[in-house]
Amino acid sequence: MHSVVCIKQVPDSAQIRVHPVTNTIMRQGVPAIINPYDLFALEEALRLKDRFGGTVTVVTMGPPMAEAALRKCLSYGADDAILVSDRAFAGSDTLATSYALATTIKKIMGNMPVDLIFTGKQTIDGDTAQVGPGIAKRLDYQLLTYVSKIVDLDLEKKEITVERRAEGGVQLLKTATPCLITMLEGTNEMRFGDLDDLFRAARYDLKVWNREAAGIDDAEMIGLKGSPTVVSKVFAPRPRSQRAEMVETVDNDPKNLAVTLLAKVFTQHPKLEKEIAKRAG
Amino acid sequence: MAEKFDVIVVGAGMAGNAAAYTLAKGGLKVLQIERGETPGSKNVQGAILYSDAIEKIIPDFRDDAPLERHLIEQRVWILDDNSYVGTNYRSEDFNKPPYNRYTIIRAHFDQWFSKKAREVGALTICETTVTELLLDGKKVVGVMTDRKGGEIYADAVILADGVNSRLATKAGFHPEIKPKDVALAVKEIHFLPQETIEARFNIGEEEGVVIEMAGTISEGMMGTAFLYTNKESITLGIGCMLSDFKKQKTTPYELLDKMKKHPSIAPLIEGGEMKEYAAHLIPEGGYNAVPQVYGDGWLIAGDAGMFVNGIHREGSNLAMTTGMLAAQTLVELKQAGKAFTAPNLSKYKAKLDDSFVMKDLKKYRRMPDIFHKNNQFFTTYPTLLSKAAQTIIRVDGVDKKTKEKEIKKSFIASRSVFGLIGDAFKFWRAME
Repeated sequence: MHSVVCIKQVPDSAQIRVHPVTNTIMRQGVPAIINPYDLFALEEALRLKDRFGGTVTVVTMGPPMAEAALRKCLSYGADDAILVSDRAFAGSDTLATSYALATTIKKIMGNMPVDLIFTGKQTIDGDTAQVGPGIAKRLDYQLLTYVSKIVDLDLEKKEITVERRAEGGVQLLKTATPCLITMLEGTNEMRFGDLDDLFRAARYDLKVWNREAAGIDDAEMIGLKGSPTVVSKVFAPRPRSQRAEMVETVDNDPKNLAVTLLAKVFTQHPKLEKEIAKRAG
Repeated sequence: MAEKFDVIVVGAGMAGNAAAYTLAKGGLKVLQIERGETPGSKNVQGAILYSDAIEKIIPDFRDDAPLERHLIEQRVWILDDNSYVGTNYRSEDFNKPPYNRYTIIRAHFDQWFSKKAREVGALTICETTVTELLLDGKKVVGVMTDRKGGEIYADAVILADGVNSRLATKAGFHPEIKPKDVALAVKEIHFLPQETIEARFNIGEEEGVVIEMAGTISEGMMGTAFLYTNKESITLGIGCMLSDFKKQKTTPYELLDKMKKHPSIAPLIEGGEMKEYAAHLIPEGGYNAVPQVYGDGWLIAGDAGMFVNGIHREGSNLAMTTGMLAAQTLVELKQAGKAFTAPNLSKYKAKLDDSFVMKDLKKYRRMPDIFHKNNQFFTTYPTLLSKAAQTIIRVDGVDKKTKEKEIKKSFIASRSVFGLIGDAFKFWRAME
């Protein structure tokens, strides 16, 4: 049983500021964290390893500083970590990134067959949710997005059954492995790693693969050249004017309150008043 | 966990990092354990870095340490409710490298410092809390952590776990700290464009200003306030003795809010975006509060040992120095093939006594007590001083001699002649 978990190191978006004049994101001093959605993917892979044994390999594409994110994954219990890092990757959009990661995973498969690939449902910086599906497509794997639960995994039959959140309900899906799963948030809770894992993570000789090592021959497919996406404009949406108004009436009698409230609503939405009056006959 | 270390350092603050670095450089097998997510993530300081202490540990720290601004000007303000009387000292001598003092952001600096320790061979693990010390009789033989498989053994443990050293208290090495021996300080970081800061404080790129303040802003409590310029932010804060907060039923954030509205301070931070709020206990018990700092297999360094000079606002340099001295003691013993027993570790105490750390603490040993009992230094005098300054400066047709008499009268009315002489004597005793 071999799972590959793709993670990304992202700026902690809770601490990001947007420059008031240029509208660019100010990243200085903002701590880098593991994309929180990816942690659900990693934990799910670790849980399968607890049940079935095997290996969990974590992969990320990013600058050298992403090493910290990988070490953290190792401290949670991942067995191996690969940092795919090369200046040639700079400027990659989701098309180029999924190409680079899919190629990297093919390379990993050369050493050890892969049963499952995990990603988070999306990243908190790009929010596209495209890289996971992109990897699945390129590897010609079945794709299971927004998975909330792994119900069953049959390694002999090579079948997996999952629950997937869909609009209006939960789908129960069964498919063949190997496949790619994007995990939904809140589905599990990241473990507190053992001391042994912590020590191993601190001392681990991390693999850093450049473009060639990752098996990417065609440089046209990655970086800016491989990225058709163009950012034409960045803007901060104008904040909606939201001012809460406290409505009070004598004794706060519910009926009075309702009448006062409706009167306030109708002054802003006269059509609504007519509509309700019409229906009431 | 079967692995054994020469030394375990608990904490990755100034003392812990100094100790881990010195130990690893000295060839010992070191494990450093930090409870925060990263080294520095839980550490709070003003913060000013004194070059001397770090230079003794990492001479070329200026090459890559994250430093904000070197300080070229020191202002000391005595505040009453709407004025300040103060002195400024600014010198080009402070503007020539190697610089003497810097403002720093601890979250950045501590990560750098810890990285330096790792580079020379220390092993650092974070997000791990040491829950207690492992004892064999009276000898410390390791630590217990909150992780699975959490026992780790070592020949010695350096406790650099901060002011509230739970470990030392739990092990009975020193008593619970008393509210009269700690200050509670709060601070905020306000972001402002670099150019705004430089214009407001009349400084160039990389140059910085410190304002130390005391007076009625502490509402009669024993305490001081500060304002430091960073590269793109201003740090300001205020701290008073915990026992005073308790007595007065004032909250620290109320004081800080009042401070931010003070007419002398408000314009300096106007338009800033508050990004960080932190609170911290500062050990200010001084010389008399320093506990036993060594024993069989253990040493205490930094805030955990109450090594803070409250009068001169020095703490991190004492932390680094004590961390370094504790480590040097262990390195020397190891090299001499001696065990880390209490009699052998007494060398640490001798090193401390011989350094500026204990000498300075001893010099001001009476200070906490005198200020505790005489709150006029924080209430009456600032107001009198401000009035006196105004009387002299305001031109209103009154002759100077009459004005001088008025000032004299106001001092005597508030404190009586004996009171004034007594206060002067107390102040001198405290400083002596």
